[in-house]
Amino acid sequence: MSSKVSSLREAVAANLHDGDTLAIEGFTHLISFAAAHEVIRQGRRDLTLTRLTPDLVYDQMVAAGCASKLVFSWIGNPGVGSLHAIRRAIEEGSLEVEEYSHHGMVARYAAGASRLPFFPLRSYDGSDLAKVNPLIRRVASPYDGEEVAVVPPLNPDLAIIHAQRADADGNVQAWGIVGVQREAALAARRVIAVVEELVDASVIRDDPDRTLLPGTVVDAVCVEPFGAHPSFAQGYYDRDNAFYRDWDAISREPARLAAWLDEWVIGLDGRAAYVDRFGSAAMEALRPEPRPSGTVDYGRYR
Amino acid sequence: MSDASPDELMIAAAAAELAGVRTVFVGIGLPNASANLARHSVAADLELIYESGVVGARPSRLPDSIGDPALVSGAAATMSMRDLFGGFLQGGRIEVGMLGAAQIDRWGNLNTTVIGPYERPTVRLPGSGGACEIALNARRVIVVMNQSTRSFVDRVDFVTSPGHHRPDGSGRRPAWAGAGPTAVVTQLGVYHFGMAGEMELAGLHPGVDESTVDAGTGWPMRRAESVAHLPEPSADTLAAIRRLVG
Repeated sequence: MSSKVSSLREAVAANLHDGDTLAIEGFTHLISFAAAHEVIRQGRRDLTLTRLTPDLVYDQMVAAGCASKLVFSWIGNPGVGSLHAIRRAIEEGSLEVEEYSHHGMVARYAAGASRLPFFPLRSYDGSDLAKVNPLIRRVASPYDGEEVAVVPPLNPDLAIIHAQRADADGNVQAWGIVGVQREAALAARRVIAVVEELVDASVIRDDPDRTLLPGTVVDAVCVEPFGAHPSFAQGYYDRDNAFYRDWDAISREPARLAAWLDEWVIGLDGRAAYVDRFGSAAMEALRPEPRPSGTVDYGRYR
Repeated sequence: MSDASPDELMIAAAAAELAGVRTVFVGIGLPNASANLARHSVAADLELIYESGVVGARPSRLPDSIGDPALVSGAAATMSMRDLFGGFLQGGRIEVGMLGAAQIDRWGNLNTTVIGPYERPTVRLPGSGGACEIALNARRVIVVMNQSTRSFVDRVDFVTSPGHHRPDGSGRRPAWAGAGPTAVVTQLGVYHFGMAGEMELAGLHPGVDESTVDAGTGWPMRRAESVAHLPEPSADTLAAIRRLVG
C-alpha cells in the first residue's frame, strides 16, 4: 500500500475547493487549528462550515473571509463568552446560519454516514428551534403513528480531524473525548487526518480498539505536532485556557484580529513556524504529567 | 447576616436538590460546583456526566470548559456524542439535567438563543447545545440562574428548551419526555413547580424576603403551600464550596 502521508499544504490544496462544505470537527478536544490556518493561507472562499461548536477555529476562518454559511448547535467561546467575528458577520448579513441542537447535529452526521434520507430523534417538541429552521421536521412512525422529529443528512465534501497518532496507511488512533469525529469523517466524501505523531503500523495493530478510523476512509495523513493548539490533545498537551480568554479581546476589534491573522497565520508558512513563534518552551509548559494506563493483552493465537 | 456570597448560597441550595441522585448531566460554572459539592455530601454515588461524552468524571481541578482534559483523566468512561445523546440521554439513563438560562418563564421554558427577535437579535446567545434534548429527556431538570425582572420574564423571547407548557400556557410535554423542570435555584431562593406546571416560591435564602422575590419576577409569583427559610450553609459546607471554587 502506498503511503498516505503528505504535507498539510498539499492535502488541503488537493481536497478542498471554493464553495465546498467543510467539517473541522473535534468537540473541544483535537480541533485542527493547523488545518484551519492552512485553509486561510490558501485563500479558500464561499465555504459552508459545519461544526457543533464553531469555537475559535471558525471565528478565525470567518474573520479571514473563508465562509459564507455556518451550520452549528452552540456558538460561543467555551467558558469565556462570545465569538465576536462570527457575531459581526451574522449582524452584517454576510454569514448565513443554520441552527440545530447538539443531538440534531450528531444525528445529521449519522444520517450522512449511513446514507439515510433523515434521522429521527427525541428533541425539539415545544422548542422554537423548529420554527426558525424549516429543515427540522416531523414524521409519523409507520408502526404506531407517533410523530418524531427528524433532521436531514449532512455530507461534508471534506472532513478534517485531528488525532494523537496514525500509521502511514492512514489508520488513525485517538483517545479521550472523541465527540463526533468518527461520524463526521464517515459522512464526508474526503477525509484528512492531522496527527501529533506518525507511528509504525505495529503500534496501531497491537491495539486496534483504539483506532478511530481505519485507513480505508482516510485520504491523507499529515503530521503536525501541537497542531490542535490552543485546543488540546489528551496526554500530549493541555488546553490553553489563557489563549481562549485572550481571544475575547482580540476578536472584539476587527483591526486587532486582522493583525493577529497576519502575524500568526498568513505571515507563517506552517505549524512548525507557529510553534516556533509561540515558543517551544511555552508549548512544552502545556504538557501534562504522565498518567499511563495499564496494558491490554489481545493475545497471540495459534 | 450571612457571610456566604450569593453564588455560594446558590451552589449549596442546588447541591441539596441533588440528594440521593446517581446520574447528573452538568455544565461548567455553578452547576458543576453544585454537583461536585453534592458528590461530597448528599449524593455520595453521584456520577457527573458531561456533554462532551465524559461519564463519572473525577476532575483534579475545577474545569474551565466541559472539554477539559482533567475531566477525562480518572473518569469512568468516555463515549462518543452519538452514544451519549442517543443511548444514554435519550435512553432515559440521566436522572437530573442541570441547565442555566438567560430567561425563564413561569412554565420553566428556557431561552439561551436570542434576546429580541431571532432574525435581528439585540443579543445573540450561544443557542441550545444539548440543552433542548436535556430539558426533554432527563428524568427531571434543575435550573440554576440569576434572577431579576430581565431573566424571570412573563414571555421568553425564544423557547430553546421546553418547560411544562407553551409560553401561552397551552400544550403539554410529550408522553415520552421526562418530568421537566422541578426546581429553579437563584440568588434569592428556590422555586418548585405546582401540579399545573407553574413555578412557585418554595424557599428563601437567608436575608431575603418575599417582597424582594416579587420585585425580581416579571409575573405574579405563586407561593408553595409553605415557603421555607433556607438554612445558612454550615461552616463545613462553605469551606467545601470554597475548596471547589478555588
